[in-house]
Amino acid sequence: MASVLSVQNLFFSYGPVEVLSDVSFDVEKGDYIGLAGPNGAGKTTLVKTILGLSEKSKGAIKLFGRELKSFDGWDRIGYLSQRVTAFNPLFPASVKEVVGLGLLSQKKFPKRFTEPDSVKIRQSLELMGIADLGDKPVSDLSGGQQQRAFLARALVSDPELLILDEPGTALDQPSREDFFEFIKKLNQDKGITIILITHDTAQIGQYANKLLYVDKKVVFYGSFSDFCKSTEMHQYFGHFSQHLICHQHS
Amino acid sequence: MGFLYYLNYTFIQRAYLAGSFVAALCAMLGLFLVLRKLSLIGDGLSHVSFGAIALGLFLGLYPFYVAIPLVLAASFFILKLTEKAKMYGDAAIGIVSSLSIAGGVILAGMSKGFNVDLFSYLFGNILSISKQEVYLSLGLSLAVLALILLLYNDLFSATFDEEYARITGIKTGRINMILTSLTAVTVVLAVKVVGVMLVSALLIMPAVTALQIARRFKAAMLIAISVAVISVLGGITVSLFLDLPPGATIVMLNVIIFAAILSSKRYF
Repeated sequence: MASVLSVQNLFFSYGPVEVLSDVSFDVEKGDYIGLAGPNGAGKTTLVKTILGLSEKSKGAIKLFGRELKSFDGWDRIGYLSQRVTAFNPLFPASVKEVVGLGLLSQKKFPKRFTEPDSVKIRQSLELMGIADLGDKPVSDLSGGQQQRAFLARALVSDPELLILDEPGTALDQPSREDFFEFIKKLNQDKGITIILITHDTAQIGQYANKLLYVDKKVVFYGSFSDFCKSTEMHQYFGHFSQHLICHQHS
Repeated sequence: MGFLYYLNYTFIQRAYLAGSFVAALCAMLGLFLVLRKLSLIGDGLSHVSFGAIALGLFLGLYPFYVAIPLVLAASFFILKLTEKAKMYGDAAIGIVSSLSIAGGVILAGMSKGFNVDLFSYLFGNILSISKQEVYLSLGLSLAVLALILLLYNDLFSATFDEEYARITGIKTGRINMILTSLTAVTVVLAVKVVGVMLVSALLIMPAVTALQIARRFKAAMLIAISVAVISVLGGITVSLFLDLPPGATIVMLNVIIFAAILSSKRYF
């Protein structure tokens, strides 16, 4: 299997506070990883470090076999931030314009959009079922529609790796289940590797095929079936919690 | 005396011309600053220009030659303070701004005789704008317009969502530096138009007015430029006829247009 992401001996601190300690794991093509952990466990910091947004870290990160520092294939990665809908509501941008931003990583100066770009934007909106909203200002959309618009932005460059940071927070329970189902289909039908951050370990068990549980360090990384058999995890989570996660997965 | 009579005077032609370019510049940059919640950087940098102009007058140099490099340096210092010193932008602006005002006041206190000149910079005097300043405002306006056209998608992306822009390979640090340095030079020019006390109005008012009605970014920019230029042309004209201070009249016209658009939104 081709390596999509390799993290080795990663440390990260905010001043004297250590947020990540000796984190190592590998992600292979086609994986659907549920990245879980308690609040403040370092999940978002881990993802931001992988994406080069948090620079003061120690350790080695490789994306698609290349060191993070020299990596320039950002169009191969789609990202949906936790705070994605927290944009300035006064910003006068249409949904199409926002989705188009996902194509800028493929472009060279002066980064002009072309007709094939318009086709890609339309296809991405169609995939998310919001093609009719393309000309609307993004601030006029509901929270769920905005979530879809920003996922369209993450998908417009046909990424091989999609990183989603707590994408369910702006959605109600039925919409969240639809959303997670949709992500699972992207993984199965298009072969997109997924890393999905959630604090809901039980729910992610229904969709992901691997669990990366962090609490400043890696507590568990492996398949859900290994997780369910692990006596170590039995001790860590307690019988009830482990059973709940494994029940959802099965 | 009619409008055409006034237009015979070169200093009035210069005021219309330079004022329009400076207003358009402020409107273009102001839109980015307002949307990035950096509106008050104009206010802070105008205070720096007060200190710098005081220094120029104190040293007997042409004030803008001192103000442009000093305000540029202050803008970089504000950026660095924000990045490195665990400080929000408004606090960094506050520090640099008060330091400059204090410096300016001390220099004014130490000097004998330039207080009248310094006072004119506080409230602006567009009718005394020089030929050199007209060329400077024209050149800078064209440079800003060219930069905005060339970097449009990068600026748009970094303003909409800076974190995402970084992931798509946009050097947001560089974009911030370009935006701040252009603002620094623009503020120095705008001091001549409306004065230190009112510069931030030229940066903020056209942008917030445009954002009331625009549904696209490009439309917002065109509306902001139009509001700014109309305010300057109208403000100078009204001030000539009613014998009012031009800087304050320009700002009042900006506020009137904003209020008119805000109240008309209720009916449309």
